[in-house]
Amino acid sequence: MNWLSQTIAVTAVTLRSISQRLGSSIVAIIGIAGVVIVFTAVLSIAEGFRKAMQGTGDPQTVIVLRSGSDTEMTSGVGGEEARLIAETPGIEQGPDGAHASPELFVIVGHPLKRSGTDANVPLRGVTPAALAVRPTLKIVEGRMFQPGTNEIVVGKAASRQFERLTVGTDVRWGDSSWKVVGVFDAQGSVAESEIWCDAKVLQPAYRRGNSYQSVYVRLASVDGFQAFKDALTTNPRLQITAIREPDYFSQQSEILQTVIRSIGFGIAFLMAIGAIFGALNTMYSAVASRTREIATLRALGFGSSPVVVSVLVEAVLLSLIGGIIGGGLAWIAFDGYQTATMNWQSFSQVAFAFAVTPALLSLGLLFAVVMGFIGGLFPAIRAARLPVVTALRQL
Amino acid sequence: MKFLPIVWRNLMRRKIRTFFTVMTILVAFVLFGVLMAIRAAFSYGVEVAGADRLMTIHKVSIIQPLPQSYFQRIRTTEGVKEVTYSNWFGGYFQDTRNTIQSMAVDPESWMNMYPEFELPADQKSTWYKDRTGAVVGADLAKRFGWKVGDRIPIISPIYRKPDGSPWEFTIDGIYNSTKQGVDKTQFFFHHDYLDETFRGTGFMSGMVGWYIVKVADPSTADQLAKRIDAMFANSQAETKTATEKSFVSDFAKQIGDIGSIMMAITGIVMFFILFVAGNAMAQSVRERVNELGVLKTLGFGDGRILSLVLLESCTIAIVGGGIGLLLAWAAITMGGDPTGGLLPIFHLPPRDLILGTALVLILGVGTGLLPAMQASRLKIVDALRRN
Repeated sequence: MNWLSQTIAVTAVTLRSISQRLGSSIVAIIGIAGVVIVFTAVLSIAEGFRKAMQGTGDPQTVIVLRSGSDTEMTSGVGGEEARLIAETPGIEQGPDGAHASPELFVIVGHPLKRSGTDANVPLRGVTPAALAVRPTLKIVEGRMFQPGTNEIVVGKAASRQFERLTVGTDVRWGDSSWKVVGVFDAQGSVAESEIWCDAKVLQPAYRRGNSYQSVYVRLASVDGFQAFKDALTTNPRLQITAIREPDYFSQQSEILQTVIRSIGFGIAFLMAIGAIFGALNTMYSAVASRTREIATLRALGFGSSPVVVSVLVEAVLLSLIGGIIGGGLAWIAFDGYQTATMNWQSFSQVAFAFAVTPALLSLGLLFAVVMGFIGGLFPAIRAARLPVVTALRQL
Repeated sequence: MKFLPIVWRNLMRRKIRTFFTVMTILVAFVLFGVLMAIRAAFSYGVEVAGADRLMTIHKVSIIQPLPQSYFQRIRTTEGVKEVTYSNWFGGYFQDTRNTIQSMAVDPESWMNMYPEFELPADQKSTWYKDRTGAVVGADLAKRFGWKVGDRIPIISPIYRKPDGSPWEFTIDGIYNSTKQGVDKTQFFFHHDYLDETFRGTGFMSGMVGWYIVKVADPSTADQLAKRIDAMFANSQAETKTATEKSFVSDFAKQIGDIGSIMMAITGIVMFFILFVAGNAMAQSVRERVNELGVLKTLGFGDGRILSLVLLESCTIAIVGGGIGLLLAWAAITMGGDPTGGLLPIFHLPPRDLILGTALVLILGVGTGLLPAMQASRLKIVDALRRN
């Protein structure tokens, strides 16, 4: 009898005997499923946040900030600078001129629906070119604001998360009053967490003179970024930095991602240790309850390595089942779960949905298999080392 | 007590299983400790926020500045014991990733306002006199290896010096705190230094970020808050005043569901791990049913059998849970923030340690109770027959 057929035979016997040890096997499965649920759930927060931040981040769109600033919050671009930026070659041209939109970014305190307490909403002052710069953004309810008036349009997510941000409502921030006239959709990107108004109205309200904080630019072609950036940075009258939208957003999500990832992996690691101990317990008792059976097999001439393999296969199989159950439950329970948190870089609310991605699910399964393998290895070795004679004599 | 040897022998009959069960529980409680610390971190020190302190910010949002002239007006308001102000500087050290919680403050009134920032008297007096001096938290000093007397260049994207050079600060003091939950990663310097640099430019000169007010009588805090806001109503910069505690808790709420998600996870984790551990314990009782029958034959009463089994499960829970909580506490206290500076307040509140201890006992009784009751209710004949 060759090794392979021995292994297959012993494994088949082992797997068939699982039904007699159903209780402890289910415990191992549940333990591992629990780890995979938590692992997948925590990382789906980080994943969902990243997705929202990158969202429709378009490589053809460039954000121009004051050099040394890495967020719009801390940036400042003068009116004259904004004009010079718009004149730089490489920008897409439309019937109304260059697709460059100088914008203001401030935050206002507004009550959140979920807690009733004030949270920061980003209020963005935009110019007519803003829509040309963001081709995916669409008004889905009401209409765009009239330039020069105290009208605002709100992002879908902001409208959902905050109180009274619906079409036709009046809201007051400080001494100015605004009217909501529209709701916009930006394909799930971070812009949906914002409120927009006319930059020219916002400037005096915040005593910003003729200055802005950033300029959003749509390039004539995706490949034109380097040339555009060089043209800007070599212009002696400008002290600014340009960054592609996807890069900007991934940089914006860095802090929260680091927090969630380090917490998530830390928790998952500790849980895995706990689950491995659980699996070890199950597999040791599985081996213990089959002592005589294994010894009989050995006495019949089966080698020790097929026994090792059979125990490992059982452990990995159980953990695989646990992994599939855990991943499935996490996917059902958490995928698409809508929530919002604070973006540390802009101190304002950003809405996002948990995302249980296929990559995350595979990672969870891999994690489960590793736990099962470690949990099965030592009991397997023990099974292989059983002294045949004493084992047969054992009750 | 005389039954301890028998409990001990029972635990040792399957050393490996006892060991793994103890380890599983140990890991569960380490996890419990860490998650509680994370929850505390996400609440941003709401426990230590002073109930006798009010914060006054611009009505629209905290990023809008308030005139410095409000200082005198608030100070002379009835019921105000102390007032100070602060300005978010947003500086970073060397790399934009190293953002520091840096604040321009009025040193004397600031230190009076926050007695929890403990600073040696000589360092305090040096700092008061040194216009370009700064005081930093012990954790921050440790992170960058700063010592008293060091010259530190800090760049702020918000406040650029007219010549574009970095701001230079001398570390005059390093504050610490014996109180748990106090943020020791902050950086304070003279507001005057900032203000003088921008004087006459029209940018932020004569302006501060927010005011902190100490109330003479905390029970009148709400009325005082209303009085302050009424004082500046219909002015250029209207204010919003509330207790420091409510600001901190509002801020924590902005982080949102993350905190409650952590709690949900703790629940799931504890449930699963304890399920695994509880099952192992129950199993070890089931295996010994006929032994228990023998004990009963020897004259052990139902109550005694019950307490024997419970004693066993509690021993496992207390050893595993106790060591676990201890390890968690040690790791959190010595290791500190796992994210490298993003969660400034990272500690295990004593309240959660007590909760953990209670959970250990509940676990011991909970996992032992069912098998213990089954064991105590056994009929001798059935027990002896079962194998």
